[in-house]
Amino acid sequence: MTHPLLTDTADRKMLLLGNEAIARGALEAGVAFASAYPGTPSSEIALQFFHIAREQSDLYFEYSANEKVSLEMAAGAAMCGLRAIVSMKHVGLNVASDALLTLAYTGITGALVVAVADDPFMYSSQNEQDSRYYAKLSSLPMLEPSSVQEAKDMTHYAFDLSEILRSPVILRTTTRVNHASGVVSLGHLRRRVVAGSFHKDPYSYVCIPSVSRHLHPKLLKKTDQAANIADESSWNFIEGNGSFGVVCNGVSYGYVVDAITESGYKDRFKILRLGFSHPIPEKRILEFLDGCEKALVVEEGEPYLEEAVRVVAHKNGLTTPVFGKGDDLFSRLYEFDPAIVKNVLAKVFDMPFPIASPINTRDFPAAPPRPPNLCAGCPHRAAYLAVREVFGDSAIYPTDIGCYTLGLHAPLNMGDFLIAMGAGLGSAGGFARATGKKVVAFIGDSTFFHSGLSPLASAVYNRHNFLLVILDNGTTGMTGHQPHPGVDVSHLGLDKTQIDIESVVRGLGVKSVTTINPLHFAKAVEAVKRISSESGVSVLIMKAPCPLYEKTLPGHKSRRPYEVRPERCKNHRICLDRTGCPAFHIEENLVKIDSHRCTGCALCAQLCPEKAIRSAAREDNKR
Amino acid sequence: MKTTRIMIVAVGGQGNILAAKLLGEAALSCGIDVRMSEFHGMAQRGGVVESMVILGDGAGYCIADGEADVLLGFEPVETLRAARKCSARTLVITNTAPVLPFTVALGHAVYPDIPLALRSLASRVGKLTTLDATTLARLTGSVQSLNVVMLGALASSGVLSSIGTGAFEKAIQGKMKAPLALQNLRAFQSGYEACQNEIRGNSACAVE
Ligand code: SF4
Ligand code: SF4
Repeated sequence: MTHPLLTDTADRKMLLLGNEAIARGALEAGVAFASAYPGTPSSEIALQFFHIAREQSDLYFEYSANEKVSLEMAAGAAMCGLRAIVSMKHVGLNVASDALLTLAYTGITGALVVAVADDPFMYSSQNEQDSRYYAKLSSLPMLEPSSVQEAKDMTHYAFDLSEILRSPVILRTTTRVNHASGVVSLGHLRRRVVAGSFHKDPYSYVCIPSVSRHLHPKLLKKTDQAANIADESSWNFIEGNGSFGVVCNGVSYGYVVDAITESGYKDRFKILRLGFSHPIPEKRILEFLDGCEKALVVEEGEPYLEEAVRVVAHKNGLTTPVFGKGDDLFSRLYEFDPAIVKNVLAKVFDMPFPIASPINTRDFPAAPPRPPNLCAGCPHRAAYLAVREVFGDSAIYPTDIGCYTLGLHAPLNMGDFLIAMGAGLGSAGGFARATGKKVVAFIGDSTFFHSGLSPLASAVYNRHNFLLVILDNGTTGMTGHQPHPGVDVSHLGLDKTQIDIESVVRGLGVKSVTTINPLHFAKAVEAVKRISSESGVSVLIMKAPCPLYEKTLPGHKSRRPYEVRPERCKNHRICLDRTGCPAFHIEENLVKIDSHRCTGCALCAQLCPEKAIRSAAREDNKR
Repeated sequence: MKTTRIMIVAVGGQGNILAAKLLGEAALSCGIDVRMSEFHGMAQRGGVVESMVILGDGAGYCIADGEADVLLGFEPVETLRAARKCSARTLVITNTAPVLPFTVALGHAVYPDIPLALRSLASRVGKLTTLDATTLARLTGSVQSLNVVMLGALASSGVLSSIGTGAFEKAIQGKMKAPLALQNLRAFQSGYEACQNEIRGNSACAVE
């Protein structure tokens, strides 16, 4: 079946997810090369290319080991004249930034779009950094869509702009664009050019100091050229001609327009929507400020546009009061919503913006929380319990980013420090040196390939003392089961080389390496015990497939669920209290296992001291 | 079309996102503009999933507190959790069959008295319609289609008068393969009728 995003009927309307719209925009621009490391809320961009490349082999797509590699990969293709896109979440750009900031100096000869998705409110991220400052830091042009339609159109435009400027272009979105859906009018699919050529020019591309000294002024010139384009760009538009000015970007634009339309004050307001927001379109801002009594900047995150508007006003001797972030104005925290925007509009412009009145819910009974939990049958649960069995609370547990981060919650309580991909392993030696305590660091298989290799080499070289547990579930679980270099993908018809983690670890000089299935619980505990007294860096690979991913593999046979035998159960709930497996529930005050959710991992059966839990299969045999 | 804001809340795995998509596709086929956003936090399974569906005029993708015209809850505790989205004119349609959060199984939290809570909710919103969508879904062949039962209930509420049942049916057929589509069409019908009956005072849909 043809992928829906390959529909080649222009003007056809489709309901698309923001991330699908970005992928469609790239296809309409004739993208030939795409790479990514998955990360919410950007993952579905790459997912489209992953599927489409399996259908149309002239589109190259790869999941690279991390964002820096994926950017470099796309840069290589774009240096040869191809149209390339790389997508990542905001913190992924931190990883890729080393390459990006000097790639800005060399520029590219084809087109390169760097799609970066911010996550205000941190729905699924460790921070809510505002990536717009990367545009400033790198001097690269940046586009910010406000709607799903614009996500498509701007992506297409980003390729054209990149080609004109011979420079990478940043496409910056936020969760509420990436994970929004809207009606999109399609354009034509441009034919992709898949073969490029590289023209050697080391004095432009090899960034030794003497070369870079020539490239930096060139970059500043390009930035001026980009600023001129931004000043004229239809992505930076002014609506209305009232004397109350509102400057906005991204999803804030929708809130502003709706608030002003609903209130009926359209003639009092003038809106400047900045969609081409780096370099700052100074002339357009000046034109806007002209005749403004006061201006309010509506932007989630940091005061990026607010600072720019103030600078423009100051440079031009304007005294227009500019409002934005502030104690009783907009916050730098979290997401906005229509009510937040209306409240500040009302305050700054001193006019009523009626807000819906929510019903009183204060006396409602508290809704029990549903914290995210490791899935039923998740092998990470067994891995954590095995380590806890040996070290309890006495060890320090730096952890990492992935599903296994959820081990933090009760009843597992595993995870003491988490900041960035690979940082659990990176920080382990520091914790151990400083305290002399046992340190057990955790890292997932995908994260290991992303950011685990260099900290492991460093730890071995510097003779640190800790145990590293690699939780190898054979996929990138959290973001939707993408492959990584340790995964066999032959069943997908993909021609990739699977890399064996144990060999990698040995290759990096680790002497003590053990691989074990954590669901063989007694053996796993035994292994942890054995390693516990070792000095130096030991690695324990806890290997068992993610049950959700496993289900999708060809020839997979599901195991029988487990059940509690009421005649043996003493109802002390050791099983439930220790595992926290969501397949358990209490029915008429007795422990029960939900046969639809239980994957038959057998962990609880191994923990029950009464041997009261057994596979439902045995029951059948008995009958 | 005048802006209509529909908040859909569910537990992970109940098919919230698909229901929102079907609603969106049905609206699109009737020429109505659609803006939606979806949120599922870190949870792959068992967490809270929210969809905001905004039909008709406007530019925003988000529903603020008190702004929902309809709150469609696939699970009663989730309906309560999202009650702040309601105003005194909101239509609330909720499934009454609970999905116990794991925190309750662990004894870390209590599951509230639902009939009692729904009665106080009913007294504060425009209208509360309840149905045991889980049972209805099971009767039509699969618990999985409780999302489509709920869509049927929404379709019969009259709030979406410009989207005919035909549009929903077309959307279901467009997104699912034949046998599954047939079963879901039955589910849609069953949700539709359940709420029609409720309007006529059938106790099958009453709070308890
Ligand atoms: S066997 Fe036990 S621990 Fe494993 S999934 Fe089933 S109930 Fe959960
Ligand atoms: S650990 Fe065994 S005996 Fe104890 S409650 Fe669980 S099943 Fe029953």
